[in-house]
Amino acid sequence: MPGILVYAEVQKGEIKKGAFEITSKAKALGGQVSACIIGKGVEGLASQLAKYGADKIYVVDGPEFEKYSTEPFVQALAQVAGMVNPSIIFTSASAQGKDLTPALAARLKVGSISDCVDLTLNGDKVAAKRPIYAGKAYTMVEATGNPQVVSVRPNSFAVVEAAGAGAVEKVAATLDASKIKAVVKSVEIAASEEPDQTEAEIIVSGGRGMKGPENFKMLEDLAHVFGPTATTGASRAAVDAGWRDHSYQVGQTGKTVSPNLYVAAGISGAIQHLAGMGTSKVIVAINKDPEAPIFTKADYGIVDDLFKVLPKLTEEVKKIKG
Amino acid sequence: MNTVVCLKQVPDTETLIKINAEGTGIVTEGVKWVMSPYDEFAVEEALRQKEKAGAGSVTLVSLGPDRVIEAIRTALAMGADTAVHVNDPAFAAKADPYATATVLAAAIKDATYDAIFCGKQAMDDDAGQVASILGELLGLPVVTMVTKLEVSADKKTATVTREVEGGQAIIDVPLPAVLTAQKGLNEPRYASLPGIMKAKKKPVTVKTAADLGVSVEPMTIIKSMTLPPARQAGKKIEGDDSDAKAVALAKALHEEAKLI
Ligand SMILES: Cc1cc2nc3c(=O)[nH]c(=O)nc-3n(C[C@H](O)[C@H](O)[C@H](O)COP(=O)(O)OP(=O)(O)OC[C@H]3O[C@@H](n4cnc5c(N)ncnc54)[C@H](O)[C@@H]3O)c2cc1C
Ligand SMILES: Nc1ncnc2c1ncn2[C@@H]1O[C@H](COP(=O)(O)O)[C@@H](O)[C@H]1O
Repeated sequence: MPGILVYAEVQKGEIKKGAFEITSKAKALGGQVSACIIGKGVEGLASQLAKYGADKIYVVDGPEFEKYSTEPFVQALAQVAGMVNPSIIFTSASAQGKDLTPALAARLKVGSISDCVDLTLNGDKVAAKRPIYAGKAYTMVEATGNPQVVSVRPNSFAVVEAAGAGAVEKVAATLDASKIKAVVKSVEIAASEEPDQTEAEIIVSGGRGMKGPENFKMLEDLAHVFGPTATTGASRAAVDAGWRDHSYQVGQTGKTVSPNLYVAAGISGAIQHLAGMGTSKVIVAINKDPEAPIFTKADYGIVDDLFKVLPKLTEEVKKIKG
Repeated sequence: MNTVVCLKQVPDTETLIKINAEGTGIVTEGVKWVMSPYDEFAVEEALRQKEKAGAGSVTLVSLGPDRVIEAIRTALAMGADTAVHVNDPAFAAKADPYATATVLAAAIKDATYDAIFCGKQAMDDDAGQVASILGELLGLPVVTMVTKLEVSADKKTATVTREVEGGQAIIDVPLPAVLTAQKGLNEPRYASLPGIMKAKKKPVTVKTAADLGVSVEPMTIIKSMTLPPARQAGKKIEGDDSDAKAVALAKALHEEAKLI
């Protein structure tokens, strides 16, 4: 049985859902599950991880970890990895995880497997399924090194309650200051309450058919009635027109997403867009052109003017939600 | 300002990916190869920094087979000065991110540079790893997902804006450093006709494993490659009345898909 170390990311004072997902998965795979959280004032959060299977939770807590910065986090996590000596390390392929994971693996002198959507075990060896070409194909990959470092795409696994022993251990990080060269001066986070597109369960996206930036309010309204796990997205055409910030772009040169529901309004479904959202569980397309390629991927399609359909849809969803 | 840009050639984003009979790789026949889109931002930024400083050089480094010369020529036509093309069949089957970074580090080792630019991820393997490993191997700080870069007059430090979840972070980093380009950093230029003519005469040094004195073993092994299950077109919600269709959709999402 492998020993698995899960890095549980903390954002805005809370453990991210993705961390519970990978803890649950680690527990399901069997063996000893350790978790690590890093931050300032995070000690009180640690016990939450026990609920999803963590047997041991390492807490690195200190003012130097208030803001995420690659090098201090790599050092702290590598230190914990040295204590646990796991055969597998799981991280989330979140924005932070995408920065941290390859740096951690390089520090441990091993390769890592990025952005996996499925995992199986063969003895102590993980086989990870991951999309390539932005989801146009998949590979099964194994890592030869020890530990095997694997980042997991958010929303790939369910959060499952399964209690672990949950012993908490505080770790005093011993940082090598000479290696900390980059210094984070400030972090500006937009006030938005919406989840990041890569982690949202529902995405309401708009394209060139939205006609202008003012109309994205309609998409925000719909996302809003869907609830707090919903957010909005955009095609590249909408981003390039300056209607939406680039961080909203879904597709091959934007975010790759796989929410439970993806609503594409006024998006034609170009190959680069489909690559980024093609693994969504349910796709809805609203487009006035019956020939739009998006319809070949959509579970539910409405051929109509989005400006007529969206407000009514919002109203109806609101009714159902009560 | 002297910079190195790591550039990878990948299938054009229009490519319909097909898997070979062995299930180990893609069918390369008929594929149009281009510079990886994020590497275009990297090349552009290197050119802008050189132009801003009024002096310096932009050196390209690319690992790949013969065809890679086309991507190199494109970047030279944009304005890069010289290139190192690492081309050796010994690397071909082994070039996972760790091995790639090891080879690039060897190719870059003797260059003079204030910064190394990479793309935030290569548009084929989508790994997003090479730059971080490269930084570790060269002992340099790494800042990923850069959307803005300001280099100090003495080129000893840079103030970098990087994308973080829901916003951005401002980072001070000493140079040299490895920086990865995110969309938003700049708008890549097109190669001009004179640029294309000049590119033909710019020096490209070809290096083999023996020249670099490195051998590599991959740290990750691709066992198989598959296509995603084909998505079937689902239901069209028919009718002449827009409101009725919206109602039917909400109902289907509620009762059938159980999403609301
Ligand atoms: C290297 C590269 C990378 C790329 N990366 C991405 C990427 O990451 N993401 C991405 O999205 N694209 C990407 N693209 C661009 C892609 O090729 C398409 O150009 C883009 O996706 C088109 O966006 P769109 O569907 O919004 O616009 P269009 O293709 O113009 O489609 C607009 C649609 O809106 C419909 N419409 C118009 N008015 C209405 C109305 N009133 N009601 C209902 N429907 C209406 C039209 O019928 C049409 O189907 C990339 C391209 C390249 C070359
Ligand atoms: N074969 C290669 N030759 C040169 N640069 C590369 C190569 N592979 C990756 N890179 C660089 O590393 C970045 C990230 O690649 P990856 O880690 O594979 O997603 C790319 O955008 C390039 O800048």
